Amino acid sequence: MSDRRDIVGKPLAHDSARQHVTGAATYLDDMPEPGGCLHAALVKSPHAHARIVGIDASAALAAEGVVAFVTAEDIPGDNEVGPIFHGEPALAGEVADYVGCPVGAVIATSHDAAKRAADLVKIEWRDLPAILSIKAAIAAENWTSPPQRLVYGDPDDALANAQHILHGGLDIGGQDHFYLETNIAMATPLDGDQWHVWSSTQHPTEVQKHVALVLGVPQAAVTAEVRRMGGGFGGKESQPTIIACIAAICARKTRRPVKLRLDRDDDMIVTGKRHDFRADWDVGFDEHGAMTGLRVRLAARGGNVADLTSSVVTRAICHVTNCYYVPNVEATGICCKTNTVSNTAFRGFGGPQGMLVGEAIIDQIARHLALDRDDVRRANYYSPSRGLTTPYEQPVSDMIAYELMDKLNADADIAARRAQIATFNASHDTRKRGLATAPVMFGISFNMPSLNQGGALVHVYTDGSIQANHGGTEMGQGLYTKVAQVVAETFGVPASFVTPTSTRTDKVPNTSATAASSGSDLNGAAARNAALAIRARMAHVAANEWNVPEEAIDFRDGKITSGNYVISFGELATLCWLKRVSLSAAGFYSTPKIHWDQKRLKGHPFYYFAYGAAASEVEIDLLSGETRCLRTDIINDCGDSLNPALDMGQIEGGFVQGMGWLTMEELWWDTAGRLRTHAPSTYKIPGSRDAPADFRVHILENAPNREDTIFRSKAVGEPPLMLAISVWLAIRDAIAAVSGDDRALALHAPATPERVLMSVG
Amino acid sequence: MSANIRFLLNGLEEVSVSGPADQTVLQWLRLNRRLTGTKEGCAEGDCGACTIAIAHTREDTRQTVREDVLVWAPANACIMLMGQLHGRLLVTVEGVADGQALHPVQSAMVTQHASQCGYCTPGFVMSLFAGFRSAQTGATDAIHDMIAGNLCRCTGYRPIVAAAREALGPLRDDRFSAMAADIAARLRSIEAQGALSSATPDSKFSAPRTRADLASALTRDPSARILAGGTDLGLDVTKRRQRQPSLISINAVRELQQIEKRDGALVIGAAVTYARALTRLAALDASIGVLLRRLGSAQIRALGTMGGNLANASPIGDTPPILMALGASVIVGSVKGEREIALDAFFTGYRRTALETGEFIDRVIIPLPGADDFVRVDKISRRFDQDISAVCGAIAFQRNGERIASPRIAFGGMAATPARARRAEQALDGAPLTQATFEAAAEALAGDFAPIDDFRASAAYRMRAAQNLFRRWFLIATGALLEAAE
Repeated sequence: MSDRRDIVGKPLAHDSARQHVTGAATYLDDMPEPGGCLHAALVKSPHAHARIVGIDASAALAAEGVVAFVTAEDIPGDNEVGPIFHGEPALAGEVADYVGCPVGAVIATSHDAAKRAADLVKIEWRDLPAILSIKAAIAAENWTSPPQRLVYGDPDDALANAQHILHGGLDIGGQDHFYLETNIAMATPLDGDQWHVWSSTQHPTEVQKHVALVLGVPQAAVTAEVRRMGGGFGGKESQPTIIACIAAICARKTRRPVKLRLDRDDDMIVTGKRHDFRADWDVGFDEHGAMTGLRVRLAARGGNVADLTSSVVTRAICHVTNCYYVPNVEATGICCKTNTVSNTAFRGFGGPQGMLVGEAIIDQIARHLALDRDDVRRANYYSPSRGLTTPYEQPVSDMIAYELMDKLNADADIAARRAQIATFNASHDTRKRGLATAPVMFGISFNMPSLNQGGALVHVYTDGSIQANHGGTEMGQGLYTKVAQVVAETFGVPASFVTPTSTRTDKVPNTSATAASSGSDLNGAAARNAALAIRARMAHVAANEWNVPEEAIDFRDGKITSGNYVISFGELATLCWLKRVSLSAAGFYSTPKIHWDQKRLKGHPFYYFAYGAAASEVEIDLLSGETRCLRTDIINDCGDSLNPALDMGQIEGGFVQGMGWLTMEELWWDTAGRLRTHAPSTYKIPGSRDAPADFRVHILENAPNREDTIFRSKAVGEPPLMLAISVWLAIRDAIAAVSGDDRALALHAPATPERVLMSVG
Repeated sequence: MSANIRFLLNGLEEVSVSGPADQTVLQWLRLNRRLTGTKEGCAEGDCGACTIAIAHTREDTRQTVREDVLVWAPANACIMLMGQLHGRLLVTVEGVADGQALHPVQSAMVTQHASQCGYCTPGFVMSLFAGFRSAQTGATDAIHDMIAGNLCRCTGYRPIVAAAREALGPLRDDRFSAMAADIAARLRSIEAQGALSSATPDSKFSAPRTRADLASALTRDPSARILAGGTDLGLDVTKRRQRQPSLISINAVRELQQIEKRDGALVIGAAVTYARALTRLAALDASIGVLLRRLGSAQIRALGTMGGNLANASPIGDTPPILMALGASVIVGSVKGEREIALDAFFTGYRRTALETGEFIDRVIIPLPGADDFVRVDKISRRFDQDISAVCGAIAFQRNGERIASPRIAFGGMAATPARARRAEQALDGAPLTQATFEAAAEALAGDFAPIDDFRASAAYRMRAAQNLFRRWFLIATGALLEAAE
């Protein structure tokens, strides 16, 4: 691809920034409602596992404004929303299997009336035994999908002959996405049993597919559409399909448009979250801390159905060794089936849990050998001398984690600050500080190769304006802006020429979720291909007109030139139209080089790796357990960034979200399986004062992707979240300063004030 | 008397509405006016996506920083009821730009890349706008205080803080600068029409202007609920979907708005907001200032009242422990007259008080501590800002030479009501100010309370954190612990 970059690589503002700040950006609930639009509210199970004996909706149906009530019996097609496996209902028919499980919906003339009436639906239940925890699921061997096992080298032999061997375990909490816009969908019946569905979704194709399935109509009869989401973070990958399907069932029942908006409590109770994990391991290593063998079991709480858990667990397995070569590995992944809400995709998709385990293992080795953690890392990094093959047998060809870590250690003055912290700790009785670094090596591509495809549809109009459409969705990450930059760059026009439009399944079909950090890689490349096709036709027309070779045609600054010839982009577009040349093209892209054997967990699942390094300094209060992050330094690898301002936003935002996961965010279920932290009053995500007080983020410069990605950029959505592992390790260091290594190693995640206090007392 | 709720919207447009007493400002904006820039994120005043700015006329012009004759504040539209807007200016995100020219706060948000998904953005704009109009500075701590009630899940806040710093530097004008005097005049003319008394077939909302009118209104309608700031009552509306057939607001009652020093006590009217009480209470001890700045958020403090925090009798209310430690009492009023109730006798059970039907909290009497007294309150929560206490502990004692005299200790989060720690007090009373004394008090605390496990904290953590407060208090009382950040 061309080396010249006029638009790509510039820190352009988010394409909706002005609408955001003026309140003009419309989210689904802000849009004008179609005439006669009704509103639905969910009727949910109050029990973790119970059989429906009878439903009496008469009081609800008699309530003011109520139009109808639906249950699974009203579904004309298949009651099926499972993204990978089958058997996942939109509305539970006979048995509800978690607290919050939707069993029906009341449809009324207003959101308020529907919510009030939903409270009036009486259901008679018969309780069934419930499995609520990972431990209970393991005891009962209750899985959402079969266990996964990866073996590399000879782990039994390696562990039997290890110079040192340690056992360890770690509990890792889940996390609610807490996107500010809750799940919402609006389904509208169209002419001839066709349907339109607005959905706040990262995956319009899946919404389309399952709405078609539940309504019993062909996929071609359903269009799913999304302009923007108020945040997604993975929580809108599979979950919106459930909401959209229920809205569609309601619309089918009433033959009117129906909007279903979950309020915050319903959203948190009804829809899935980041998986909590339990990890247990045996690790063998030498006197330098170099790992010789690792046996690890990663158990995830899947919840009531399979959803995406099997893939989450696969990615956790793939990231448990982070950026370290381990010659002998056995990694087992377990998808626990529990009577709690089905956990789902969340930024990092199992990678964070796997990587946290890997770093906990490094920490354990370092403390055991009384070595510096960074020295233990140096003994383990992928390297030509140690090994450049992952446990899943992908060659590592772009490893830069240790370079980033060395640069970070120098830039962030780590050695000197460690000395300062030792002085501080020696002179303070009620507060202690800790400083820790952490590297990140994150595989980019969906683990499942088939998902790694992107599509785009680009139109040039005769005034020179360009509509750029693609299969990716906008959830705040700035994908529409990045794709617009790619298209503008390709046509040599200012970005303002390009209008991004809503993502619709009738413009670009059969798309993948905007997930796995892949948005700009897949859709940017597809849009580039579409734009290149149109540009070639336009160049051909100009070359004919001027009688010059096509190679001599230059697209730049909104003009097309060749020698002394010059024409504006709009004039050339008009000329193409006059010459009856198509100004529209679909573009397609599929990621090269990747393959994967899900049975053996072997292959080349990732096109490349994205890297990062972080150092965080924290202070803990020994009397209350409260923690503060005083300073964080980050160096992040974005390849040749498509837009450094947007990438910076992903790094900072991902990091703080990761901090929340590992420090203050705690999902708390009671013994009846009810989530009791289901709103911001009880579930605390970081506020502005919780971000590092001194936050120094750098994008690694002059680091083009070694693979031929779109303008040599790298994906950035997920990897920075894992940089927050540095905060968690720093808290362990601060605990060690007062209570010793054993208490530090006993710290699980999240490191809440309570856990910290109990570690230092 | 005004039968309709009347207020100004985004400038000089006067709105006159009547509707159900429990209609929220957010519902009205989004559904009735289709002003959809204001978002619902949580419907409980915790995320700030619904933040609006409100202004009322300034009576005390001594505090004026700008030319302004208005007092500005951010508020949560999601739990604010329409009646609370009466006589005020309401500004939404749609109303801050001057035509096509963005407000300085908005343009700073754009240039700093401070929006990603954009859903929280209007709320941040409005919190910063309220700060801008209130002539807040761009100091980092002030910015955090301003946006502590706004959650953003995308940015990590750094660019938002940078935008705030950019926009809140030197005082600048915006479209309201030239309009303020006209707005104030219009608001006064609304006020001149008398007290609000609005009714629909299903509900009533009234806002009497005098103590006497309040007392008789409560007698006439004993089932009416008193609305103070509504930051708790609003949750009954949005979360529990309770209808509110009759609400009597105390906010227009002049006598309940007073703050004064009288007879060796600070007397704070029940309708005084946390925001107004903050500086006066902070003057008693800096730790009280810290506590109040952590109470809710700027939005909550703008509406929430001292009286409301006591009347809702939450076991985890932030002000009761320190008020109890200071020996505060409440004066309650009714048509029968007034009576005084010591605060430690006011809470009779979980969310129950000694208030009888027809009674209202009139004011809180806080005896002023002596110059040499030790006073301290500490709140422990999962998040520093805008969180509910796991434990909140307060202590006050006099120094009698080297000995402790008249100790008062109270805790929130340790029992069904905020309560005194009598055994711990006994351990301190008359004892020397030594570490051993405070250790004994910490030990005694285990006999005072049997806290519960819940989602905020385990019983074990609550007890240990509470006992550790004695260790902290000893260190502070003896000057061994400097709280200043390093």
